[in-house]
Amino acid sequence: MALSYVLEPAVSGFNFENSTRNIVLENGSEEGKIKAPKPMKTGTTIAGVVYKDGVVLGADTRATSDEVVADKMCAKIHYIAPNIYCCGAGTAADTEKTTDMLSSNLTIFSMNSGRNPRVVMAVNILQDMLFRYRGMIGAHLILGGVDCTGSHLYTVGPYGSIDKVPYLAMGSGKLPAMGILEDRFKGNMDLEEAKALVSDAIHAGIMSDLGSGNNIDLCVITKEGVDYIRPHRESIYNYKRQAKYKYKPGTTPVLTKTVNQLELELVHETVQMMETAGSS
Amino acid sequence: MDSHHSYSQVKGVSTGVSNLFIKSYVSSKTINKLIQVHDRIFCCIAGSLADAQAVTKMAKFQLSFHSIQMESPPLVKAAASIMRELCYNNKEELQAGFITAGWDRKKGPQIYVVSLGGMLLSQPFTIGGSGSTYIYGYVDAKFKPDMSLEEAIQFSTNALALAMGRDNVSGGVVHLVVITEAEVKHVVVPGNKLPKFHDE
Repeated sequence: MALSYVLEPAVSGFNFENSTRNIVLENGSEEGKIKAPKPMKTGTTIAGVVYKDGVVLGADTRATSDEVVADKMCAKIHYIAPNIYCCGAGTAADTEKTTDMLSSNLTIFSMNSGRNPRVVMAVNILQDMLFRYRGMIGAHLILGGVDCTGSHLYTVGPYGSIDKVPYLAMGSGKLPAMGILEDRFKGNMDLEEAKALVSDAIHAGIMSDLGSGNNIDLCVITKEGVDYIRPHRESIYNYKRQAKYKYKPGTTPVLTKTVNQLELELVHETVQMMETAGSS
Repeated sequence: MDSHHSYSQVKGVSTGVSNLFIKSYVSSKTINKLIQVHDRIFCCIAGSLADAQAVTKMAKFQLSFHSIQMESPPLVKAAASIMRELCYNNKEELQAGFITAGWDRKKGPQIYVVSLGGMLLSQPFTIGGSGSTYIYGYVDAKFKPDMSLEEAIQFSTNALALAMGRDNVSGGVVHLVVITEAEVKHVVVPGNKLPKFHDE
């Protein structure tokens, strides 16, 4: 086949080495059972719309770690190729790495074949990879782009299902966002209408979902190029730090100081001669 | 569901897809569950969308390789066999059933059903999926061998409309594909143009 992969060729079958390792670690020691760390999931609202001249993708910028906002300005619209961008919802690391790998593979492909990658090719590679991992990679993606065959918007599910659609929302805030899209979507909108629609859909997700928030990023992809608007709309709740939080050395008083000498006993001593080159 | 008559075939499929995570959410109202695996061979899918798409992709590749090696269009039975091998050998991991139908030069129009565990059966007409339980009576009573094209389309549309009326997870739009020796025609019937029955 004409695909080139950088790191290793796609092996057939499923690779669950890490899952077995995790199980061994968790059940291993008697005293301290090691718990696998919980992956950071970003509650998210992402949306995409196909309009007259191309595709508009939108996303919020909040990354949460349970109840705390871990990142207020997280970038959820990932670069895949000059004409293809991907919004990711689900486990943050999975969406990040999956899109990185896809982007690297497509760059190698376009260097090898001298062609610009097509959106449908990106979708097929993603589908193959996510199906192979049986839903273990928690990546819910919206892929959009413009290529020689036109403008396309695809959804890729974590189990490897794909669907080609004219408008779409995903993430924990997708229900309110879909409401806005279903109400106002029309075929062949012009640019300002499409941007307003996506922006309002993300805004609905931000207002109605705790996991989404902060600013709205937009990415407009056309035949001519890409306009990555970050941020398109900023949150009105902008917190400025009230004071400096660095402490001067000497702020904390030292009450007592004890020095314990460690008694070390020389047990064994070996000397190994290094083979330096004969003729120096 | 499928019906076949003297020279061609009508396959019909209704199109709701529900989301794995929010069980009551319809992910797509217009998804096309009729996947083309070769020029005159289509597969209707049921079950997990990801599994079905993966199997049909693999089958499409193997079938096109087979037809290049044989230097002739593949038999419908060959397509169905490929699907059956994939479903049977991976039955623990997969959850998808198929209706493979098409036209070939040797036996004309044929329908094969490949079920969840990998059973392969040839039938004059067949139905499948969650909504099929509601229309067994209807199709058994109304099917006639050697229907004309219009009758077959009407039969399929009626059956699908009845199933969609009773099954909560079926719905949306009806996709029909008419496969003949000469051509393949894709007909889409939106929900509001479907025939109405007394179940409303």
